[in-house]
This record gives sequence, C-alpha cells and structure tokens, in this order.
Amino acid sequence: MRNPRRTEKIAFFFLLLATLLIVVPVGLIVVIIIQKGLPAINWQFLSDMPRQGMRAGGIFPAIVGTIYLVAGAIIFALPIGLLAAIYLSEYSRENMLTRLIKLAIVNLAGVPSVVYGLFGLALFVVFFKFGASILSGSLTLGIMILPIIITASREALESVPSSFREVSLSLGASKWQTIRHIVLPNAIPGILTGTILGLGRAAGETAPILFTVAAFYLPQLPHSIFDQAMALPYHLYVISTQVPNVDEKIRYGTAFVLLALVLVMNLIAIVIRTRFRKKKKW
Amino acid sequence: MRKIKEFVIEKLILLSGLASIFFVILIFLFLLKEGLALFKITSPFDFLFGKSWYPISEPPQLGILPLILGSLLVTVGAAVISVPIGVGCAVYIAEVAPLKIREVLKAGIELLAAIPSVVLGFIGMVTLVPLVKNVFHLPTGLTALSGSIMLAFMAMPTIVSIAEDALYSVPKTYKEGAFALGATHWQTIWRVMLPAASSGILAAVMLGIGRVIGETMAVMMITGNAAVIPHSILVPVRTLTATIAAEMGEAVVGSEHYFALFAIGIVLFVISFAINVTADLCLHKKQS
Repeated sequence: MRNPRRTEKIAFFFLLLATLLIVVPVGLIVVIIIQKGLPAINWQFLSDMPRQGMRAGGIFPAIVGTIYLVAGAIIFALPIGLLAAIYLSEYSRENMLTRLIKLAIVNLAGVPSVVYGLFGLALFVVFFKFGASILSGSLTLGIMILPIIITASREALESVPSSFREVSLSLGASKWQTIRHIVLPNAIPGILTGTILGLGRAAGETAPILFTVAAFYLPQLPHSIFDQAMALPYHLYVISTQVPNVDEKIRYGTAFVLLALVLVMNLIAIVIRTRFRKKKKW
Repeated sequence: MRKIKEFVIEKLILLSGLASIFFVILIFLFLLKEGLALFKITSPFDFLFGKSWYPISEPPQLGILPLILGSLLVTVGAAVISVPIGVGCAVYIAEVAPLKIREVLKAGIELLAAIPSVVLGFIGMVTLVPLVKNVFHLPTGLTALSGSIMLAFMAMPTIVSIAEDALYSVPKTYKEGAFALGATHWQTIWRVMLPAASSGILAAVMLGIGRVIGETMAVMMITGNAAVIPHSILVPVRTLTATIAAEMGEAVVGSEHYFALFAIGIVLFVISFAINVTADLCLHKKQS
C-alpha cells in the first residue's frame, strides 16, 4: 500500500489532470471562436455600420471606437508609467515611500474593473463634466493599465546592468543623460512589451467603459474626443445579452474580431520579448 | 540651461513616481464622495444587512445582503474549484513538466489571462450555461454554479503564475537535501517544496480570489442576475459587481440608487484593498 513510487505516479497523474483541465478548455474556447467566427468575417462585416438594431450589417464603428479608446489610454498612461518606472528603478531608495508606491501599484492593479468605471463616472464624467465621451473612457482605461506599464517598464530598466550606468557616469555624463542615452535605449524592448500588453488589456475591458463612454447603438463615427463611441467589448455584451434575435454569426464574428485583436497584440509582445532575450548581450 | 532642464525632468519623474499613490487615494476619495451620501438616508447597518434590494421601488429598499451572499457563494464555489486545480497545475509546470512542454503550458496560461472577460462570458453563455441546465434539469442554466465554474477558470492564470513563482524561489538546496535523503520526487514536493513555498501559494490563492470578487462582465452574463438571497448553488444569483454594472446606466446621477451603487463600490474597493495588502505582506514574508 505505502509504496512511494506508486504514490508518486498517482500524484503526478492528478497534477497532469489539473493542468489539462485548464489548458484543454482554453484551446477549445479559441477553436470554437475561430471555427464559428471566422466564416462571419468579410470586408463588409469589418467596414459596414451596424443595421436593423444591430441585427445586420457590420461592426465598423465599434472597431474604430476601440482603437480611439486604446490610443487615448496609451497616450495618457505611457508617459506617466514610464517616468514612474524610471523613478522606481533609478531614483528610489529602499525606504517607506518606495514601499508605499509599490503597494499602491499592487492595489491599483487589484481594483475591480467596475470600480474603475464608477471612478471614471464620478471624476471625469460628472466632476470634470467631460460627459460620457472618448476622453473620459480613455482616461479611465489609462489609469487602469498604468500598473501594467509601470511593472513591465521597471523590470526592463532594472535588467540593464549597472556597469552600463557606471561607465556612462564615469565618462562625465549626468544622471539624466545616462538614463536618456544608455539605460532607456537598452530597455526599449521590455517597455514595448509592457505597453502592448497594456494595449491588449485596454482593448478587451468592458466594465470601465460602461458608464464613461460606451454607446449602446451609434451607427456613425465619433467626431471628437467629446463624443460617445461604440466599442468592441461592449458591443459584444450588448448583442449577446441585450438585443434578442441577433444572428449567431454576428455574435461569433464580433467575439472573433475582439479575441483576434487582443491575441495578436499579446503575440507581438511575446515575439518582441523572445527576440530580445536571444539578442541580449549581457 | 541643461541643469534647469534636468531639474525639471527629475521633478517630473518624482511626481510620476508618486502618481500611483495619488490615483489610489483619488479613487477612494471619489467613491467616498459619492457613496457616503447614502448614509444620510440609510444607516450603514441597514445597507449591509438589509435583506431586500429594490432600488427603484418607492421608497427604495437598499439592502445589499443578497448581493453580498451572491458574491460570496460564487466566490467560494470558484475557490473550491480553482485552488486545487490551479496549485496542481503550478506544481506540474514548475516541477514535473519537461522543459519544452513547460513553455507551451505557460503560453497557454498566458493566453487564458489575455482573453477578455466579455468573450469568456459569451462563450460561457453558449456552452456552459446549456450544459449546466441539462445536467441538473434546471429551468435555467444561468446559475451560481455556472458563474463559479467560469470564475474559477478566470482565477487560474493568477493562481498558477504566482504559485509557480513561489515554487521556483524555493532554494535549490532544499530539494537536493531531500533527494539526498532518499525521498522520491513527489515526497520532496509534498513535504519540502510546498511547505517552503506556502506563503507565496497563500498569496496566489488570495490574489486569485481577489480577481474573482472583482470580476464583472462574465459573471453578469452567466449568473442570471436575480437579487434575492440564494438558497442553493443551482439558482440565479447577483453579485456586487454585476449590480453596479447592470444598474448604473439607469440610475439618475444624484439619486439614492446612484449613491447606493457607489457605496457598493466602496465595499468592493475595501475588500480588494484588504486582499492585496495581505497578499503583499505574505509575499514579503517569503522574501525576508
């Protein structure tokens, strides 16, 4: 009975089973969406306005809306996130303040996405009177992805060997010159990876844009950053729960476009990361 | 001139460094600003333990006990499923899997983390919900159980990746010591690796649960959204997050309903804050 070899075999079998229980459904999800969604994709679906209360036509305004939102979020979050990462990696010391900043980043990453939605509503829509608009939505998403960008950029900056900095400083460069010309260029792939992951996250989130920007049905393109806009994730939510009798093809097609968008971004990030790892000289 | 420029830049860097703290405080302040107004009308006790949530009746009844219990039920269900599977998977990836398979598995887990929650909700609606309905012969498959399964799935990437890190950071000498004493690989994992990584695994579980409590879209799409106190895991429930997402669109800015939804936001913020701080302490204990 108490044969350790046999116990080990049984235990490893269950570990493998646990792993398959996660990985197999993931594969199935992707396969189902590709199988049922891909046939719905054609040029008209991607470039047309939704028609007949979203039961026909395409998803063009939702794609455009998502691109605007993601671009807005990154314009806001990248500079702040990068500078914050530089602070943590190059300037901060091991003290209470640094500890607090790190704790704040962890918490920012943990705040439920719907709470970001509430915050965006209270601050940008109501308090700053931006209304439900691309501006409000982008800023909300921007704050949400800030921790992703900070964490990834910090890791990239910290992985640059300190000898690079010492050489630069010993040649008479100032601290900022060293960061600007030595540390940053060497950290760019890592920063890029983090930025793209942030983009993917912003493109897929629904709850933060529910009350800050998303339009239920708006068959036209936004004209300014103060307009409402449709967005892919919210559109998928609407056509799968709020509107009855939508053709399954349109639902799967929308899910496919959203999934493809997010996965392609992640793939690019992974490719950059691996290529950079191979090229790394230190 | 250059000195001035560098001075300005370094101040900007410091300011950005402080931005995270600033935003956390800002989020909390604005939730308080809108949410505390509720307690001029309803006492905190009636809000937290009131048994009925009828926000648009006259007068509105704003007790969130059914929502808290809904969240709790779905979360406990998700934890029961995801903790053993997630930790098992982490052990498999960190200890058992051959190197090449390991990379594939990690990519699979990363893929799962990247799928937007609304896509998972949609897939849950078309696959899991009919399945639950048929297996248990229910009038609807939109139940707490469906929500638990889906959420368990969404908590996995967090649990697996953090637990895996915790296992990797166990010093190699522990393992070699156990092997040298004649222990099998599994005995080493069970008696040495897991206890040594326990605080990191605990943090992984907590952060996974935090993810579950905060998850909104998928849970709103597949739990059925009935704001009543659940008596079984096979009935529709409504969670705290889904309530905010489903009702904020209709709530009039400045109404009791609006304040109450922000008060729910405060509850969620406090829960996630507590979980994250505790998990962070666990991870730090490990390092020191």
